[in-house]
Amino acid sequence: MYRSLFPRDMFAEMDRLQREMQQAFDLSPTIRGFGRNGFPALNIGGTPQTVEIYAFAPGVDPSSLEVNLERGLLTIAGKRENALPQEDEKAAIHINERFEGTFRRVLTLPDDADPDAVTAKYRDGVLQISVQRRASSQPRRITVQ
Amino acid sequence: MTTNTSPSVSERAQLARKGKEDDTRYSDAALTPPVDVIEDSGGITLYADLPGVSRDKLGLHVASDTLTIEAESDLSVPEALESSHTEVGLGRFRRVFTLSKELDTDNISAELKQGVLKLRIPKAEHAQPRRIEIQAS
Repeated sequence: MYRSLFPRDMFAEMDRLQREMQQAFDLSPTIRGFGRNGFPALNIGGTPQTVEIYAFAPGVDPSSLEVNLERGLLTIAGKRENALPQEDEKAAIHINERFEGTFRRVLTLPDDADPDAVTAKYRDGVLQISVQRRASSQPRRITVQ
Repeated sequence: MTTNTSPSVSERAQLARKGKEDDTRYSDAALTPPVDVIEDSGGITLYADLPGVSRDKLGLHVASDTLTIEAESDLSVPEALESSHTEVGLGRFRRVFTLSKELDTDNISAELKQGVLKLRIPKAEHAQPRRIEIQAS
C-alpha cells in the first residue's frame, strides 16, 4: 500500500534486483561485504600448496603499491595517479570511467596461510600475490602399516 | 549438483553439442574496458584499462570511421588453481568507438604501459582550430 503511493522507479528497482542477484550468487558473504565493483578487482584461488590472489590494478606505480599481511588479513593499498589534464581550459573530458585516487582492499586469508612466505609481483598491470600454505596443513597420504 | 541417473547416449551427445555452442558463445564474450577520453585542440587522447594485456596480445583496428580495441590478457595461472572468488571473469576485452572525420587516423600513436593503453589521435591538418573573424557591419 505504502509502495503504491509512489510511482515505481525503474532504475532503483533494477539496482535492487541486481544487488539481490549478486548476493544470491555470493555463497560466502563476509563482514567486509561483497567487495564487488572495487578497485582493484580481485580474483582469488588456491592450489594445494598456495593461495593465489590476482589484483587487477593497471597503471599503478609499483612503488606506491603496498601489500601488508597482518593477523591473517591481507591489505592491498596504493594510489593511481590522475591522467586527466588539470588546468587546460581548452580540454574537454568526454568519457571519464577509469578509477583514480587512493585505494585499499582487505581480504581474509585462510588459516593455513603462512605470513612468512608471501611473494608479490606486478606485471602488465596485474599484481599477483602468492601465499604459501603451511606444510603441516598440506594433504598427506598416510601409509597403512 | 549430482544426478542419480546417468544421461543416455543421445542425451550425452546433446549435452556435448550444447557445450560446444556455449563455447562459441563465450569465445565472443568480452569485457568492456573502462576508458578516459580527453579532447584538446590538437586531437583526442584515450586511456583504456587493459590489465594483464601484453603488447603482442593487443589489437587496434581502424576501418573507415570505427576504432576497435581488442585485447586478451595472458595471465600465468598455476595449473591446479581452483578459483574461489572471481571479479574478472573473462580474459578478453573489446570496445568499439566511432571516429569523426576530422581525426587523422593515419597518425594514431599507441603506447601500452602497465596495463594501460594510451592512444593519441591527432586532428587532421585542415581541421586544426581557426579563429573565425567576425565582421562588424
